[in-house]
Amino acid sequence: MNVESLNTSPSEIEGVSRFTIVVNITESQMKKVIGQIEKQVEVIKAYYHTEEEIIYQESCLFKIKSELLFEERQIQNIIRESNANIVTVNKKFFVLEKSGRKEEIDLLYRELNAFGIMQFTRSGRVAVTKDEMKISTLLKAFQE
Amino acid sequence: MTSTATLHNPLNPMEIKTEENKLKQSSTTERISGSEAIIKCLLAEGVDILYGYPGGAIMPVYDELYKYQDKIHHVLTRHEQGATHSAQGYARISGKVGVCMATSGPGATNLITGIADAQIDSTPMVCITGQVGSHLLGSDAFQETDIVGISTPVTKWNCQITKASQIPEMLAKAFYIAKSGRPGPVLIDITKDAQFEEFDFKYEKCKGVRSYKPVPETDTTSLQAAADLINSAKKPLIVWGQGVILSKAEEEFKAVIEKAGIPSAWTILGASAIPTDHTLNVGMVGMHGNYAPNVLTNECDVLIAIGMRFDDRVTGNLASYAKQAKVIHFEIDPAEIDKNVKTDIAVLGDAKASLKSLLPLLEPNSHNDWHQKFKDLYAIEYDKVIKHDLHPTKEGLTMGEVLKEINIQTKGEAAIVSDVGQHQMIACRYADFKVSKSNITSGGLGTMGFALPAAIGAKMAAPEREVVMIAGDGGYQMTIQELGTIFQQRVPVKIVVLNNEFLGMVRQWQQLFFDKRYASTEMTNPDFITIAKGYHIEAQKVTERKNLKAAIKDMIDCEGPYFLEVRVEKEDNVFPMIPTGASVSDIRLE
Repeated sequence: MNVESLNTSPSEIEGVSRFTIVVNITESQMKKVIGQIEKQVEVIKAYYHTEEEIIYQESCLFKIKSELLFEERQIQNIIRESNANIVTVNKKFFVLEKSGRKEEIDLLYRELNAFGIMQFTRSGRVAVTKDEMKISTLLKAFQE
Repeated sequence: MTSTATLHNPLNPMEIKTEENKLKQSSTTERISGSEAIIKCLLAEGVDILYGYPGGAIMPVYDELYKYQDKIHHVLTRHEQGATHSAQGYARISGKVGVCMATSGPGATNLITGIADAQIDSTPMVCITGQVGSHLLGSDAFQETDIVGISTPVTKWNCQITKASQIPEMLAKAFYIAKSGRPGPVLIDITKDAQFEEFDFKYEKCKGVRSYKPVPETDTTSLQAAADLINSAKKPLIVWGQGVILSKAEEEFKAVIEKAGIPSAWTILGASAIPTDHTLNVGMVGMHGNYAPNVLTNECDVLIAIGMRFDDRVTGNLASYAKQAKVIHFEIDPAEIDKNVKTDIAVLGDAKASLKSLLPLLEPNSHNDWHQKFKDLYAIEYDKVIKHDLHPTKEGLTMGEVLKEINIQTKGEAAIVSDVGQHQMIACRYADFKVSKSNITSGGLGTMGFALPAAIGAKMAAPEREVVMIAGDGGYQMTIQELGTIFQQRVPVKIVVLNNEFLGMVRQWQQLFFDKRYASTEMTNPDFITIAKGYHIEAQKVTERKNLKAAIKDMIDCEGPYFLEVRVEKEDNVFPMIPTGASVSDIRLE
């Protein structure tokens, strides 16, 4: 099993962090992983979801030479069509930010890579579930 | 002098009780150092003995131990690994939390094997390590290691304390987590400055952790479904594990199997939960288990697992394990359900409570025809294996006959602490257990060197019991230095080394699977008798059958510690055996 991406941040409940871990495994393997994660004393609850059960995004940053913006007109079209945002521009480079699904980011990477990318970085997946996650209820149950 | 009196134990139980009550009731605070707080926490948790080894980063705590030596007995082992195994032995025989202590760096890393052993064998243990001062953390200071990082995968929980004020809450949590639910080891790492720092001490026992549910709720629907399936079974088989002992469910378990008349087999750590000679006890399952329960695992119609985890040494090849059977799993740890064997009905919960609720739902049965199959297969095993092991006709001594003689002379009342290897399998197969918590061995991790220090802990926790340690010549030498602890503390353990001058189990595998290429398994051993006598431990060596009985009598009659070396057949094998990757029903008798 390989962890495709891992993101951790504070959640909507104070003092509770949310980990979003992306893995590509079978459901029976997943149940064992969930069991082992939940076994950790500090873990309140572990859920698993398929892609259909969540709304998710990833985010990435491209650092690209500024001269390309003027020399390669195609780049401006790519930026517009991909709904990417320019975060900053200076004489040497500009920084492009794109949020979206993994495939959208992959596509943008392939298109820009043809012109040369100075730096590329990408976040782990963040996701919210379509169904309710009853963390507050669970926390109350632990206290009883 | 009785054997109890030989044990140096300056503790007065009444005094501890008073101290415990005083601390429990204290609502006011007192200003003390972090290290004194650690001792007060231990006393409040009822700790009477701890095992450890001092060093730079834990010295403030040892200074307090010196002051409190009339209330808490620190046992200086000869190696930190020994401290962990002693704490394990203490916990396994008493059901209480074992405690050990070490300094930072190598002291802490030397605990790791014992911690891993306790984790895989669900043994409640609290380990306290000293750490370099908090201003030095992360600087590669002298004797600094990231013991929290190192121990994370092998502890149930761990934490680092850098402020004295955190000590009471974290230690209370440590004891609560170690002993509740499925027990396990906890490590608390305390920086030296936190040990020195003064603060307002107040102790309250931990009553819960927000994210931790020690015992899952039992679902009455699954319990009823389990009862229905058991009631309808024609050929049911129970396999029980240490869960029965850990939840103190021995009586409930016995009532269940007796009412439903179900043949019951045990995993290595489940041994002794019911007496060996109980009519429904059909022996051990697994690699070197008994013939009948292994073969009939693949013939039963309902397999009922209670407090066990389907270890690979129990199941053999999973693809051909009990495929014909419906599987019911009584288990406290949800992560064990469907981990190795897919269950039809999972009954989560504490074994004691679940079995108590199950009893009235069961219909009385006897399953006489089914029992006969176990008897028939036992007769085959007796003829092919047991007869040779217990009543050998060849010249060389067998490990089995030594066990048989120990059984006779201890009337089956001894706790047997075994090491790892051939002698361990023989000890577990042939020990005649009458009382629960009598089989203390390293089951999951298979830690050679476990037995000698574990026997020290077991004897100190239960001085009224006879504790017989059995090891091979290999494992014995892995922690042989603990003879020093036995000598200094005058712990009257009985030490039996079954010497075949080989790492016998590895040699057996080399013989069977590696064309007898005995790579690095032959041992050139020292004179064990001289070594024991160097520690002023009475010692004797047996090389001939005619002397065995008298030698064991000398050992049992001795009031102090005793060392007995028995020269056994050099190239004997343990059978039955399920070769790795084979099915339980393909168990070999020769």
